[in-house]
Amino acid sequence: MKERHKNALRELEDIAEDIYDQLIEGNIPNMRIPTRTKNNIEFDDHQGVWKYGKSKSTRSAKKLKGARMILRTLYMLEFIRDMIGEDKSSTLREMYYISESWEKGKFNRQSESNRLAEDMEIVTDCLREDFKLRPEEDGARVIGDITVEEKNRKGEIRNINCRDDVGDSGYTIPYNVEEDKIKFTDTNVDFLIAIETGGMFDRLVENGFDEQANCLLVHLKGQPARSTRRMIKRLNEEEGIPVVVFTDGDPWSFRIFSSVAYGAIKSAHLSEYLATPGAEYIGITASDIMNYDLPTDKLTKTDRKALRQELEDPRFDTQFWRDEIETMLEIDKKAEQQALAKYGLDYVTDVYLPEKLEEAGLM
Amino acid sequence: MDSIAERLADKQKEISVGEFFERNKHILGFDSLTKALVTAVKEGVDNSLDSCEEAGILPDIKVVIREVDDEEYRVSVEDNGPGIPKRKIPDVFGKLLYGSRFHEIRQSRGQQGIGVSAVVMYGQLTTGKPTLVRSKVKEKDYAQEMKITLDTKKNEPDVLSKEVVLWEDKEHGTLFETTIRGLLRSGKHSVFEYLKNTAIVNPHARITYVRNGDTTVFKRATDQLPGKTKAVKPHIEGIELGTFAKMAKNSDRRKLVSFLVNDFSRISYNTARDICEEAGIEEEMKPRDLDVESCKKLLKATKNVKIMAPKTDCLSPIKSMLIKKGLKNVLKGYRPEFYAPPITRDPEVASGNPFQVEVGLVYGGDLPSDGPVRVLRFANRVPLMYKKGGCATTTAIQQIDWRIYGLDQKGGSGMPRGPVIILIHVASTRVPFTSEAKEAIADIPVIVDEIERGLRECARELRTHLNKKEKRKKVSKKFMIVKDILPMIAEKSASIVGKETPSLDKVMTNIMGVVYIDKKMEWNNGAAEGIIEIMNYTSKEREMSLFIEKPYPETELLDSSREPEHDGDYIEWKLEKLKPSKTSKIKFKFSNLDKEDIDGTDVFIDGVNETHLIGAEPLPDDWGVELADIHEED
Repeated sequence: MKERHKNALRELEDIAEDIYDQLIEGNIPNMRIPTRTKNNIEFDDHQGVWKYGKSKSTRSAKKLKGARMILRTLYMLEFIRDMIGEDKSSTLREMYYISESWEKGKFNRQSESNRLAEDMEIVTDCLREDFKLRPEEDGARVIGDITVEEKNRKGEIRNINCRDDVGDSGYTIPYNVEEDKIKFTDTNVDFLIAIETGGMFDRLVENGFDEQANCLLVHLKGQPARSTRRMIKRLNEEEGIPVVVFTDGDPWSFRIFSSVAYGAIKSAHLSEYLATPGAEYIGITASDIMNYDLPTDKLTKTDRKALRQELEDPRFDTQFWRDEIETMLEIDKKAEQQALAKYGLDYVTDVYLPEKLEEAGLM
Repeated sequence: MDSIAERLADKQKEISVGEFFERNKHILGFDSLTKALVTAVKEGVDNSLDSCEEAGILPDIKVVIREVDDEEYRVSVEDNGPGIPKRKIPDVFGKLLYGSRFHEIRQSRGQQGIGVSAVVMYGQLTTGKPTLVRSKVKEKDYAQEMKITLDTKKNEPDVLSKEVVLWEDKEHGTLFETTIRGLLRSGKHSVFEYLKNTAIVNPHARITYVRNGDTTVFKRATDQLPGKTKAVKPHIEGIELGTFAKMAKNSDRRKLVSFLVNDFSRISYNTARDICEEAGIEEEMKPRDLDVESCKKLLKATKNVKIMAPKTDCLSPIKSMLIKKGLKNVLKGYRPEFYAPPITRDPEVASGNPFQVEVGLVYGGDLPSDGPVRVLRFANRVPLMYKKGGCATTTAIQQIDWRIYGLDQKGGSGMPRGPVIILIHVASTRVPFTSEAKEAIADIPVIVDEIERGLRECARELRTHLNKKEKRKKVSKKFMIVKDILPMIAEKSASIVGKETPSLDKVMTNIMGVVYIDKKMEWNNGAAEGIIEIMNYTSKEREMSLFIEKPYPETELLDSSREPEHDGDYIEWKLEKLKPSKTSKIKFKFSNLDKEDIDGTDVFIDGVNETHLIGAEPLPDDWGVELADIHEED
């Protein structure tokens, strides 16, 4: 048993012990965990990322919902303990299906079990990998002149150049991107572009932008997985590669950027591992919509609601974001990054990105 | 030489009542084919119910409709009423505006239609067929049978044939059968709906409906006949000028004062003199010499003289218990979860006519919950099926903010939505309808106000019910925690830390914090067996007394697992020292109880604060006060 699992086990057993002691004393069992909302995230000056603040919520067996959550916690805990004991691991989805047999403790949706796994990370200060849990989604793609040393299933070490040793779809980020799995042996890029959509990623690949601008292209696949964010963070922190984020111009894309640069509300306990504080936004803005006269769609009701929420989100409380969000609400329009094709397929690599990167001081 | 006026008058031809109605069928309720059938049935059924009640007979009415041709139906209504004497049959069925109730002031159904003769006329106009009438009075061994049409020019009956027949198994009653053009539909405005609603407010009637061979029976829910209505003299406040002038003209009284005193209700000799003085008209003059101007002055004068309000004892409301029985009887298929105790308001007066409002409300069960609430409107026990929009009942419903009573309603006005049926009954010696068609009650403020008050009383009961339901839901959630989840939490946490499963008594009482009373009653071999479970889920030891009221005076306590402290109109059990998280049970048996009433007994508790009590009511302050002196007045 590895030390990290042993430690996780101790932490988990402490939770059970706590509940047991409350029962023995005749108290209604409860658990306290940090409140996971935008009202309880604080900027960590030292690490430059947003993390959970001091506010805590109580989950009490006095209410049916709370009682169920405590029971689920115990079931999950027992499940993890057994996995560690048997040296097995499972995906989050598998655990969700296994919960079918947890009677009153079963989950109704996978989002519930995922969330509880995150709660356990927060309470124990461990990572879900310590619990032998992994996400089922595959990682995103990367193309560019860096070389990674990856240990494969057979434990053999392989060196892969992410431009020369891969096909058009690039190198796929595995779910574990920690030191023990991946090392960066050679990095010959000036910066890294994280791209929201597959369509735009493929456009930049076809136009050879990685070579033209000597950069690394990373596909975010919408809201990026933990491993993608962790990979970007390591490249930035360990190899000193500047990061820019290229997204659509709508409220959801702004959130994608913020989870890369500032940390996501859902996983604010991991911000120091996942967030890249120096990342810059070069995605479509409301100003771009006007300046480049891009084809647009009208904002929907949920779009407008999301934008107004962002105005109250401490992570967006900067002059740049306030201006752009307010302008977007004013013009009531959004645009996709592929809308740049209005001026031809090469426009994005010939005009838009060079202009944006120059502004950012990277070209 | 004749004056011009006289010559013109010669040209004006008299139009008979019959001809007039022939041209204005809508006034009689025959404006559409679907409605024609409903109206035909309604006229027959209204007559039958009225005559049965007057004769003190529990009505047994059979309505048969059969399609005989395209858009042509044979409709018959048969009753067990007192029957009609031979000589009167032709007039009742063959003469418009003929009827015993037409000139009377009293609460009756009959005032709402033009009469069954209109059906005879409509049938003959649309199919050319006469109406068959059969009637038998108690005194005779045989029945009279006639075929009748109506001479619309003269407004006189034409009897086509007369026969004496035997009517087996019938002591007395009347049957008429007519063939009319119509359309038989189902839905809101159908004959079925009309009969169903009639059954709700006439729980003393048994109504059988045979539609093209399919039989539906609305069973009798009570053997209690409605109180008889009394005919009263008109009250001068509500009288119209024309009626007043006509009464004066036909009066045999020699002096105006005695006319006022004797032909109107609630006018004393002194009041009559005051009216004459105020109008400036000689009190000694003959009433039949009054001209229209003087009549006008007199009526105007009454506004400035204080006249006693009309007596209200001439009305016959359905009353709470029977409304509930009627609703239950007809709506049980929906298994509603709640019947608000129906409200019978005190009588009030609108323009000289006494009226009385009754309201009932039914909630939940299988009633559709996604649409607006359904409203059953009645005037003098007759369903109102049309013109809902322009009715005082609708106005009253819509001006209430139902959200405070727990129903959905957009913006707090308009029709509320939810699984609700509202019943509104307006009884009056003269129901003020919006039009001659008599389909909607006019928006007279005092009537709307009364309806609104009745609705609010029922609505408050609904809110109480919904609050209780909410409270029970919360408790049942707590039960789930205590019974299902907590034991598993204890077991799991114990197994993970490798220790013994802890006792949960204290945690359970901490979570529940209530004394829970669960009463179950079952029907077993003609007796009602009950079990009351008392669970103390509080942290304190409890002492309390349990009370249940006997449903009927003759109900007897046959058996009791615990010696009762008191056994009379109510039963009291004392419970000493029930420890936290302990349960106690009382088993008992009742005799002389109707099967349908076994759920009606509530449990009352003394000794436990209301906030810590679930499944029972705290003992009311007036418990045990003798109610023997208070009787319901008939």
